[in-house]
Amino acid sequence: MAQFRQCPDTGLFFHKEAENLMKANAVAGVVCLLIGGILALLVVLTRWPAIHLLPADSFYMVLTAHGVCALIFWMIFFEMAILYFAGSTLLRSRLATPRWAWAGFVMMVIGAVMTLAAIFGGKSSVMMTSYVPMRAEPHFYLGLVIFAVGALIGCFVYLGTLVVAKNEKTYEGSVPLVTFGATVACIIAIFTIASGAEILIPTYLWSIGYISHIDPAMYRLIWWAMGHSSQQINVAAHVAVWYLIAGVIFGARPMSEKVSRAAYLLYIFFLQLASAHHLLTDPGLSVEWKLFNTSYAMYLAVLASMIHGLTVPGAIEVAQRKKGLTNGAFEWLRKAPWGNPVFSSMFISLVGFGFLGGISGVVMGTEQISIIIHNTIYVPGHFHATVVIGTTMAWMGLTYLLIPVLFRRKMIFPQAAKMQPYIFALGMSMVAVFHMAAGTLGVARRHWDMGFAGNPLGFEYPATAYLLMGIAGVGGVIGVIGGALFCIIAVGSLVFGEKLQKEAGLLQSFGVPLADSAYTNEKPARLPMAPAEAVEADHGESGFEAPGTFILAMVLLVSFVIYYFINWKYLSEVWGIS
Amino acid sequence: MTSLLPPAQKNWWAVPVGRQEIIWIAIALVWCLIMFFMMPLWHMYGNQNIPTEAYKVTPAKYQAKVNEMIEKYKVREETAMKIPVVAPPDGADVYLLARLWQWYPMLELKKDVTYRLHLNSIDWNHGFSLQPVNINIQVVPGYEMVLNITPNKAGEYTIVCNEYCGIMHHAMLGKIWVKE
Amino acid sequence: MADENNTDEREEDENISPWQQIIDNPFLLLFIGVAMPTVFYTLWGVMEIASIPVAPY
Repeated sequence: MAQFRQCPDTGLFFHKEAENLMKANAVAGVVCLLIGGILALLVVLTRWPAIHLLPADSFYMVLTAHGVCALIFWMIFFEMAILYFAGSTLLRSRLATPRWAWAGFVMMVIGAVMTLAAIFGGKSSVMMTSYVPMRAEPHFYLGLVIFAVGALIGCFVYLGTLVVAKNEKTYEGSVPLVTFGATVACIIAIFTIASGAEILIPTYLWSIGYISHIDPAMYRLIWWAMGHSSQQINVAAHVAVWYLIAGVIFGARPMSEKVSRAAYLLYIFFLQLASAHHLLTDPGLSVEWKLFNTSYAMYLAVLASMIHGLTVPGAIEVAQRKKGLTNGAFEWLRKAPWGNPVFSSMFISLVGFGFLGGISGVVMGTEQISIIIHNTIYVPGHFHATVVIGTTMAWMGLTYLLIPVLFRRKMIFPQAAKMQPYIFALGMSMVAVFHMAAGTLGVARRHWDMGFAGNPLGFEYPATAYLLMGIAGVGGVIGVIGGALFCIIAVGSLVFGEKLQKEAGLLQSFGVPLADSAYTNEKPARLPMAPAEAVEADHGESGFEAPGTFILAMVLLVSFVIYYFINWKYLSEVWGIS
Repeated sequence: MTSLLPPAQKNWWAVPVGRQEIIWIAIALVWCLIMFFMMPLWHMYGNQNIPTEAYKVTPAKYQAKVNEMIEKYKVREETAMKIPVVAPPDGADVYLLARLWQWYPMLELKKDVTYRLHLNSIDWNHGFSLQPVNINIQVVPGYEMVLNITPNKAGEYTIVCNEYCGIMHHAMLGKIWVKE
Repeated sequence: MADENNTDEREEDENISPWQQIIDNPFLLLFIGVAMPTVFYTLWGVMEIASIPVAPY
């Protein structure tokens, strides 16, 4: 018999098994973030030219571990928690086959430990990408395969839960938008993991001598079907988290279910093609293949992100205006709860992902512009804007929300929690921006010594490049402090936070009557459809529901256009290549 | 909390979309199409395009080709390691080899002359990163890529390796001189 | 009660746009989401790499 409890603050129903799985995955994720963050500090202090902390061999080992921990383990553990939340909690459904979900979780833990053990053994410093014929120890690949299979089981448990919810009619109409977003993330995850298996299983067999040769170009092609798509899981999932937090904090309703879901549909069709971004300067791939894939088929997935970029803040603006914050274009934004880390994390994630991560990503993914950016430190600059400012900050916001709701604990150090998103965002924006700037001066990524000490030829990057890397180093340290603060608050709240009995105080203003949060065998009432409102009648004078958001969107577009053409200008100045 | 609830209408696709979203989608779509067509346009009118000419090749064959070129066109040697410097005739095929941890040989080219630059690695992946111009090309072992390059400024250029290739990756450099 | 619900849904289904039916069907979406990149990115890409000619010398 499935046991449920209702959260007195939010009215959400938690299935006990699903709840425990969410907790386990979220905690495992935060542990990986913690490890990834400590490693980040070592990377930062080595690439900061004035400090240059680690010797070369440890640097490459630490960099490999940092990538795997932060980019794969932290993200995917947390995504599993989000899937179970979106499938079970949001749909008021029991989780399908919790035992399989636990099996998947255990496999993910074993795989993660195995791969990290291989890396810290010192003989698998092959970077996250592990391009063949460079060879890692067999259990490096095996660990990743086991981790991926565990995650795949989680994805199928999620899809199974959708079936259970539909059959048991736990909700009316279509699934909520947030659950739909999670479904999209799950689908992208399945393609990602299948691609990973396709390439890592043969590579494992090669590493134990069972297969004699893996083609290096094929490896890159299929590895990136996993490597890039895994970041697209993050995009789909963190957009869902934006909608979720906008819904919880503001009671925002999507401006249009049709527009938001159609945008997600574009993700399903086109987002994963962008794996081609990594192969634009590879030998032998045709122009047609590159154009079609690098542009996500005419940038239709970019269109989708630009749509979400309007509809998420737009939904917040509409909700705020309904509460009477109607002065000028931006009163709704000025009077948003900037001191609430759930909101501030989410909104910084949205803005940072759009302005820093999104624009730079599209520019560098342009077929020809890749020539001046490929494998420079511009690339880490870009993806620290997408996966750290974008995804990680969205996850942090969600964690702040879940501490009282899921874990039933009061947050410790609320004052520090208020500051944390700003500290982290400041540091990581510096990392992103100054790495990108250093990349335009040609500084290489994954490189221990930009001074090339010991090489008789000698080469010096311009002094500006050293300055930029130094500033990025300062930013990195600030970012690590912000990240450490998050880990302290999150883990500290789980261990030392006051246990909440009836009331949390944080979210009570959102209209759900208080109830005991005890488990019962009673099946929750069916999830009703959103209350109907005269949506269409609500347009402002100009027919614009969210004029402030429209202005912000236009600012984004103008920055995008300018930055895009600046890069073409840079490109036009380099040697002719044809 | 309506993004957490099923849509208000069963038939939500039929609910009309507000003017604001429609205008934004139209603007964004136009921009997306402009970005898309910039790429084929640059193929037609731009001077920097990544070529698709490539061949499968074995390390031994490629090494032989490189040695043959060095024998023909070598002009001097550089550094204590006696790395040969090659000055190929205008428009010639130039074979550059990447290996752990060296770009081999060094090249002496002329400004505004187009060469067929062949790139290949005989061991792992390497990254051809020409500085300070900032041209970056992936070098994949087993695949020879041919770039028609036209240096547009005289000077001394360095080839950095920007694809991680093991413990001495950071010391992997090469040189190209461009003369007037 | 259950029967009533069923008739309700059947009637609704007739008016629902095919786009909404696609979006409401996670398994169809799964098929699209896996097939698209498999065909256009992976298979097409594998064919391109496989058809690179051997060096003429």
